[in-house]
Amino acid sequence: MMEGVLFYILATVLVFFSILTVVARNPVRSALYLISALLSVAGLFFLQEAEFVGAVQVLVYVGGIMVLFLFVIMLVSVREVVFQRKAGRQWKAGVVLALVMAAELVYFLINGVGIFQSTPPETGIIVAPETQNTETLGRVLYGTYLLPFEIASILLLVAIIGAVVLSKKEI
Amino acid sequence: MVETTHYLILSTIVFTIGVVGVLTRRNVIVVLMCIELMLNSVNLNLVAFSDRFQNVVGQVFTVFVITVAAAEAAVGLGIVIALFRNKETVNVDEIDLMKW
Repeated sequence: MMEGVLFYILATVLVFFSILTVVARNPVRSALYLISALLSVAGLFFLQEAEFVGAVQVLVYVGGIMVLFLFVIMLVSVREVVFQRKAGRQWKAGVVLALVMAAELVYFLINGVGIFQSTPPETGIIVAPETQNTETLGRVLYGTYLLPFEIASILLLVAIIGAVVLSKKEI
Repeated sequence: MVETTHYLILSTIVFTIGVVGVLTRRNVIVVLMCIELMLNSVNLNLVAFSDRFQNVVGQVFTVFVITVAAAEAAVGLGIVIALFRNKETVNVDEIDLMKW
């Protein structure tokens, strides 16, 4: 009961701030609304007992990526970005395309809803109820998924080098 | 216990809002932010299924998605800065160098 109420509160906040992110004229406000939306996503992670992912969401997204976004918004002149038109000529076509995609997603949801009512399959790494979420996640991440984990770290290294090279003066 | 379907519907709504933002906004930085919104709706799906099947692999993939999102934001914003330095604009309508 409590979980349901919390879910609906967080879901409403998430949808509300997502819409504000898209419609806000000022990119700084857009970024602040997005931070609120990301925090409510983190709340939804906590609600589903995914504590580690929720903490990573707050630390990496809100503490890292969004600060980077705000930094760049401040670097490119604020006056230039504030006073431009909100949407271009093709915004109607964009909304229509997005609605078509939404209709497809809803179609698949309606057709696939029976799958989620069935009992879960007995495969994969099952979480033992008494172990901690972070411990289980760490064991799987450094055990079965060690190679993807290392590849992800190489990806981050490439991204660091790429960002440094791109931001150099003469390019 | 909230049903998985509710999370899927919420994720669909947020993803659609993100797509609308990517297709209609003209500011490169806001477009990148809307991509982050879409990535987050996918994360919501992954964690919902992880909770539904009591299987932690969904959360592992969420960690990978967050990693890719961080890399994408770093490189994307680097490109935006290089672009602004060369063309003095962040409007996607004016960045049509590769349009024939």
